[in-house]
Formats: sequence, structure tokens, C-alpha cells
Amino acid sequence: MIRLERRPQPSRAWTWATPPLAVLLTMIAGGALFAALGEDPLVAIRTIFWDPLFGDFASYSRPQLLIKAAPLILIATGLALGFRAGIWNIGAEGQYIMGALCAAATALAFYPMEARWLIFPLMILAGMAGGMIWALIPALLKVRFGTNEILVSLMLVYVAENLQSWMALGPLRNPDGMGFPGSRNLSQYASSANPELVAGTGAHWGVVAALLAVIAAQVLLSRHRLGFQIRLAGQSPRAAAFSGVRPGLLVVLCMGISGALAGMAGMFEIAGPSGRVSIDFNVGYGFTAIIVAFLGRLHPFGILLAGLLMALTYIGGEMASMALNLPAAAIQVFQGMLLFFLLAVDVLTAYRIRRTGEAAS
Amino acid sequence: MLGSIDPLLLLASLMVAATPILFAAIGELVVERAGVLNLGVEGMMITGAICGFIVAVQTGSPWIGFAAAALGGAVLAALFGLLTQYLLSNQVATGLALTLFGLGLASLLGQDWAGIRAPRVPDLPLGPLSDLPILGPVLFRHDPMVYLGLALCLAVWVVLTRTRAGLILRAVGENHDSAHALGYRVRAVRMAAILFGGACAGLGGAYLSLVRVPQWTDGITAGAGWIALAIVVFASWRPGRLVIGAYLFGGVAQLQLNLQAAGARVPVELLSMSPYLATILVLVLLSSGRAPGSLGRSFHAAR
Repeated sequence: MIRLERRPQPSRAWTWATPPLAVLLTMIAGGALFAALGEDPLVAIRTIFWDPLFGDFASYSRPQLLIKAAPLILIATGLALGFRAGIWNIGAEGQYIMGALCAAATALAFYPMEARWLIFPLMILAGMAGGMIWALIPALLKVRFGTNEILVSLMLVYVAENLQSWMALGPLRNPDGMGFPGSRNLSQYASSANPELVAGTGAHWGVVAALLAVIAAQVLLSRHRLGFQIRLAGQSPRAAAFSGVRPGLLVVLCMGISGALAGMAGMFEIAGPSGRVSIDFNVGYGFTAIIVAFLGRLHPFGILLAGLLMALTYIGGEMASMALNLPAAAIQVFQGMLLFFLLAVDVLTAYRIRRTGEAAS
Repeated sequence: MLGSIDPLLLLASLMVAATPILFAAIGELVVERAGVLNLGVEGMMITGAICGFIVAVQTGSPWIGFAAAALGGAVLAALFGLLTQYLLSNQVATGLALTLFGLGLASLLGQDWAGIRAPRVPDLPLGPLSDLPILGPVLFRHDPMVYLGLALCLAVWVVLTRTRAGLILRAVGENHDSAHALGYRVRAVRMAAILFGGACAGLGGAYLSLVRVPQWTDGITAGAGWIALAIVVFASWRPGRLVIGAYLFGGVAQLQLNLQAAGARVPVELLSMSPYLATILVLVLLSSGRAPGSLGRSFHAAR
């Protein structure tokens, strides 16, 4: 018989070893999935993980890495703060959409005025405010009425998606667009564009913001009192209550920060890579960021690496669906599997596996 | 505008609109009464929807399709059970993983199945009852799954409150350490509840793809699984209130669809939001019930 024995303290070695192990297991299971779809598993794995960086078209796909990683890292960094404190903001996708919509509406209100020094910073603020307000709805309802923040933040994703298609077809539609849905292209409007800062790298202002957010989160968690309270509240709510942590305030702060970061991610996306408000400019970063947060062990620097890896699977998945005719949904299954394996092997962090045989009894 | 909506038709279609959520919610209610929080309802539902659809189209029988949907939901639930009960993973995170995985899996399985019509599910012949004025068309001209959903809620209520098995299930959910000390097999009870919940979610999903829509479209559940979770909270974990919740919700969903069809002067997107907003409102007004004591906590029998 095999049984589990709780470790007195979570194993540090396993904390860092489980994500790579989970990636490895996902590659094996993913290979089996691709084989079942009639593809050579080794070719599929290489197309997803190797070719985007070092393949024939790498000069095109490499910049995509930062473009896709930046929103994931920004959102996941914020989510991780809440997850650490046991506050489950699942609606980052909605906050991302609202940030993008508010930023786009701000820019379009000034169109065609040329004043980048004013409009671009205003858009960032509007994006953050939009995401934050959307996240504060579940936070305040939780504090005031005790509603479940998971369900409310998730319901608001569907509300945001409907608002988005209304905006794309109605109020924000391009008046010179000959009736096609979608807004003006913000990346072609000099005052609102979020261009590539260094040619050939894909780095735009969102990448800078993501790096700053990671550093700020690390400082917050390791040096600031609020960071200590977040960690304490997650590990022992009772101890936190005795040491004077106000749980309501913590909920509002964690949700507010994560909403603002998600909104900011939406702003950088709408002003740069995606460019316009359309009925489907969002591609699920808000949900994938949940996987990124866990894969990065809810640790800012871990999230940085996890975000890059997950961005790689996005690009690799696109390449695989073009080159090998794999369905686009396969990569979604792949990402879901990754989170499953991570949660499964995580048992090794908190528990020791013991054999109980004749010797033990 | 409102005049063009037939109240009898609205009431009749309300029962159909509520049924998928009723199935998913009654399953989740049992899971949560056993002390397990499975946030993967949406994933299990959509997997059930595509499994049921494929099998029903292949065999031409919706009933085999429903059975396959229950099986598909239960298989996904078994994965959740393995992780949370045996590998002691965090239930919130695992449930989310299940939803993300299920959504991906369903769209992978369903990519060649869009645009096909499902075999028709016949109405249950209720003879003279369906000829009653007013009550007939509203209550007695539906397919058997509508009545099965209601019967299932009744059965769950009886089992939970009137039988020994229900007592054990509730004990496990209220305090798993005490239940363990009394000699009940906490993990086995919870696994059974999780599998039941998965099968119910699968049935709910298949009802969407086989009756309500009835064809396969990607993302067919559109948050129905999450609404089912909200309805369990609304119902304070009681089957009777759950039926009311599901029917209230079905009413809102159906009314906004009818308003869209009637050409209301409100943008369609704003009407489509209303079921989600209604769910939030209901959660705010009525989340006063007490959750099962061990809800969401991992159980590990330390020796």
C-alpha cells in the first residue's frame, strides 16, 4: 500500500521542481493526444515548443512571444496576489475587456486631436479604472453582502462580452467603416498607438508595464506590510484576524489591483496588437492567466517564466494549426492538461509518499 | 411590443429553458452537500453536450445520446475526484482546470459536428392531461427529460432527508473528520457524489445540444454551468428551492429571448446580459443560507 504523509513544511525543492515536471508530463500526454489525432507526436511537440523560437519562420514568430506574454504576465501577477490571500478573482477576462473598452472610448473621444502626451497616459488610466471598477463590483458585493466573488466575477465576464459586442456594433463603431463592425484602428492613430519600441523584439509599452508589475509585486510581497498580510491571510485566516488584518479591506485591495492590471493589459492590447474594438478581440488571456498564475507558483518571477512558456504554446499552437492542420482547440486542451498535471504533481510538495507494508504494521 | 408575447408559450418554454440548469444544479447540490466544491460544472456540461450530440447523431437515438452524455460528464468528474480526493489538490483550482479543459476538449471533439441537426426528442404522451385547457400546453406537452429533471430533484430531496444514505452523505459534508471517526468512508462517499454530479451535468449539457438548441455550436453552454453553481447557493443547498431558482432563471432567459424576437427597442446585447445580471442580483439578495461545514476543504486521514 502507498499512503501519503503530510510534510511538516512544504518541500522547497518540490515547489520549484513540480512545474517543469508538469510540463514534461503534459508533453507526453499531449504527444499521445496528437498521435490520436493522426499526427507524429514528436513533430507536433517540436512545432509547438521549438519552431517558434528557432525554426524557419522564427524571425516572424519570436516578437510574438513578448506580445502574447505581456498581457498574460500582467493579469497573472494581479491574480496571484488575490489567490495567495484566498480571494478568487476568476473574471479577469471581463476586466480585461472593460479596460480595453474604456481605453478605446477615451481615445476615440479625442479623435482626431493629436496630443500623444495627453491621450496615451489618459488611456492607460482609463484602462486601469475600467478593469478596477469591474473587479470592485464582486469585491464590494462580497464585503457588503457576502456573495461569492467567484460566481459574481465570472457572471460579469459574460456581461462584459455582451457590452463588447454592443460597443463594436454600436457606439464605438467606425463611422467611416462603411457599416462594417468594429471601431477605428487605434494603432494607426498616432496619439493612441502602442507601437513596437525596439524593432524586431515585439516589445511594446505593455511589456515594460508587465516587467514593472512583476518587480512591484515581488517588492510588495516580500518587503511591504500588505504583502505580509496577503500571505498571512492565505495561510491562516485565523492568525491573520488576530494580527489585525481587515479581511474586507484585503478583498477590496486584491481585487482592485488585479482588476486594474487586467484592465491595463486590455488597454495595451487594444492600442497595439489588436488595434480595434471588434466583437472578438479578446482571445481568452484572462482565463489562460489563471493557469499562468498557478504554473508560476503564485510567485512574481515564476509568473514571468510561466507567462513566456504559455505565450510559446499560443504561438506554437497557431503554427501547429497552420502547418499540421491541428485544430486550434487542441492547444486549449493542451493548456488545460498542463494545469491538471501541475495540480496532480503538487501533492509531492505538501505530502511525502510512504510505502506501508509488513514492515510498517 | 409586449403584446406579441404569448404568456402561455412563455410559461411552456420556461420549463424547457430551465431544464439544463436544473440537471446541472441538482448534481452539484449533491456534490456540495458531500462537502466538495466542484467548479468544473461548465466543463462537464459542455463535454456532455458534445458527447451526447455525437452519439445521438451516430446512433439516431437521443436516449443513447443522453446516456453517453452522462458517461462523458462522469468521466470528467472522475478526473476531478482523482485529483481532489486522492491527490488532495485545491478544489477551486482543480474545478477551474476542469472547466478550461472541458471547454477545449468539447470544441476539439465538436469541430466537424457543427450545423448538423440532432435527432428529434419526442414529447412524452400524457394522453388526456395534455388536452387540458391552459395547463395542458404549459405543463404536459414536454419531452420526458423535463419530467426526469423534476423527478430527480424529488428523489434527491427524499434521499437526502429521509434515508440513511442521505444522512451519511450530509455527515460527510458537514464534518468529514467526525464522519471518518464514526467509520464512514469519506472518500468513497465523496467520489460517488462527484460522479453523480458529473453525470447530471452531462445530462444538462446534452439537453442543450439535443433539445434546446438543438445542434452543436462551439461554446453552447455559455455560462449555464456557472449559473447552475449560483443557483445552488441561491437554493441554500435545498432541492426544493433549487427548482424554484432554476425556473426563475429559465423565466428570465426565456423572456429576454422573446423580447429579442419581438423586436424590443433595446440592443440585443443588452438583453442577452440580463440572465447574468439577474443571477448576480439573486446572489446578492438571497445568499443567506449556510453552506455545508466541510465545503471545499480537502480530507486527509492522518494516522
